[in-house]
Amino acid sequence: MSSETKQILTTDGIPLEVSLKKAERRNKIKAFLLVAPLLLFLIITYVFPIGDMLMRSVDDKMVTEMLPKTFKAMEKWDGKELPEEEVFEAFYLDFRQLVDEKREGKLSTQLNYTKNGFKSIIKKLRRKSKSFEEGNYKEQIMAVHKRWADVEYWKAIKRRAPAFTGQKYLKGMDMYKNENGEIVSVEEDRRIHRILWLRTLEIAFFVTLFCFLMAYPIAHLLATLPMKYSNLLMICVLLPFWTSLLVRTASWMILLQQQGVVNDFFVGIGLVADDARPEMMYNKTGTYVAMTQILLPFMVLPLYSVMKTISPSLMRAGKSLGGTPIVAFWKVYFPLTIPGIGAGCLLCFILAIGYYITPALVGGASGTLISNQIAFHMKSTLDWSFASAMGLMLLSGVLVIYWLYNKIVGIDNIKLG
Amino acid sequence: MALPKHTELHYRIWHYFYLTICGAVFFFLIAPLFVIFPLSFNAEEFLSFSDGMKSLDPDAFSLRWYKDMIYGTKNPWGLAAKNSFIIAIFATIGSVILGTVAALGLSSRHMPYKGIIMAILISPMIVPLIISGVAIFFFMAKAGLAATHTGIVLAHIILGTPFVVITVTATLSGFDHSVTRAAASLGSNPVNTFMKITLPLILPGVISGGLFAFVTSFDEVVVVLFLAGLENTTIPIQMWTGLREQLSPTILAVATCLIILSTLILVTAELLRRRSERLRGINR
Repeated sequence: MSSETKQILTTDGIPLEVSLKKAERRNKIKAFLLVAPLLLFLIITYVFPIGDMLMRSVDDKMVTEMLPKTFKAMEKWDGKELPEEEVFEAFYLDFRQLVDEKREGKLSTQLNYTKNGFKSIIKKLRRKSKSFEEGNYKEQIMAVHKRWADVEYWKAIKRRAPAFTGQKYLKGMDMYKNENGEIVSVEEDRRIHRILWLRTLEIAFFVTLFCFLMAYPIAHLLATLPMKYSNLLMICVLLPFWTSLLVRTASWMILLQQQGVVNDFFVGIGLVADDARPEMMYNKTGTYVAMTQILLPFMVLPLYSVMKTISPSLMRAGKSLGGTPIVAFWKVYFPLTIPGIGAGCLLCFILAIGYYITPALVGGASGTLISNQIAFHMKSTLDWSFASAMGLMLLSGVLVIYWLYNKIVGIDNIKLG
Repeated sequence: MALPKHTELHYRIWHYFYLTICGAVFFFLIAPLFVIFPLSFNAEEFLSFSDGMKSLDPDAFSLRWYKDMIYGTKNPWGLAAKNSFIIAIFATIGSVILGTVAALGLSSRHMPYKGIIMAILISPMIVPLIISGVAIFFFMAKAGLAATHTGIVLAHIILGTPFVVITVTATLSGFDHSVTRAAASLGSNPVNTFMKITLPLILPGVISGGLFAFVTSFDEVVVVLFLAGLENTTIPIQMWTGLREQLSPTILAVATCLIILSTLILVTAELLRRRSERLRGINR
């Protein structure tokens, strides 16, 4: 640098560069302080609790906490032959404690998850253990039932020892760890979760497809009609959009029930006999129809906002260069609408994959999705760690879709209404 | 849409076919809402059109389900409506304040880590509701806020702020920042500038974000199902229980009222959107 270039100074005598950096930093802090309250609020009430779900889903404290002495004693056991007396004694002491607190039922449910057959022998042990004498617990416990003398059952208890486990995730995919520590699938007829995952994907995919097929023509019509007509028609899209989800689901329940309006109409025009009204609700059909109508506005609005910006002269130019309307549409118009298609499909698919209310009301047994299973475990079986595990599996699926979308189309192309 | 006279026949056919499809889709979208109106005036206890209704016999129509909704003994709608409005109003206020302030910071070009922060702020909108419900329930249970109004209001603020952030950021993207600098150069402090200059200009965006937040809260059922106790029942919860247990025409009366409410909200939102576009100089 030549000695002639002088530093530019501000009126205070500070170099301009320094002063500018200072001002920039102040602005940065100012901007950040504005965002900080909401960011902090969301981190505490929302981001951390999702982290908490992660902890719960791998945390298998339940059994560890019910049998603390047993697991301590088992640390020395090699897990090959039947354990020594001290393990039996520790187990007896833990078990008495649980019986006093009336919690032995929970233990039997939990252990039964790991290995079938625990339920009855724990019941039996509870009855017999009242008259146990002090000392030599190994013999006494083994005398209760022959399964207590089976090393497989003790191995099963030991498998529940680690505080962190991925078994809830395995269960979510209908798999489990067997006696030898191998990961295997459950029997064919008990694979309920895989069916649910596949069905969720299938329904989300087809609902998105139906929405796209129905939304494309009407979005095009709305974008090309003169303002005064399109505003009127836009109400048909926006009114359902703003109407309560439950109201819309209720109207589908009225329409689709066996004595409902649609069936009455079919009978009226002679399509079906009065005594052979088809079931259109409490199955997949109900879920498909209701979800498509409910999610349709989410597809129309992004498509419309993109189509609105496409100049009609482009199509005319395409045609004037010799393209038939179909070629002009396919080569000119359609590629320009891809950002709208992407945004609409992403929105629909993500909303559909996590749908809960509508499938629960109109889906019956064959039309429910993975969300319904999560809610079931949250509210009925109270297996919160399993609900958390499945919730996080669903969430990671959504994030992958989101990431893919960002790679392919770019997140900035999303428009709201 | 009239076609020019010289249009060839097969294009003409195609065009009418296209219009028919569009008509069918519009019918599919809007018709289900209109089934509810007549059935809510049903004189009988069934959820289908009686023969009297089909022949427009005046005796087949009555207001009994509306009376039942308002005066019915041990009916839950009064309490539910009160709770719903209280929760939605407080949740809207909270979302609007937090969301608007955050949007102001986010649209500053000095904002550091904009991408990741924006992702966190709008995450409640992307994460499936059932997962949000589980997570928020864990938090509220730990904080001792489960089955309280406060807990539900906080939960709805979480769900409502993304809409406010998005609409206000969009409004601010067309905002001319030189007006605030002009105000500052004339000696106005930042708070004064915000209240007198910025807020009036971005108000349409703020209000439409607020409407989104209000509707989100008023219509929200998944999270409330986890959080609410008997005292915090809301309209969506009552509808949910009603639809699952006994589908009575009273629900249709409530649904009709909700459709009228959503029509009002739609009209307000549309007027605001147009005003906002005029202010931002978008002419179409």
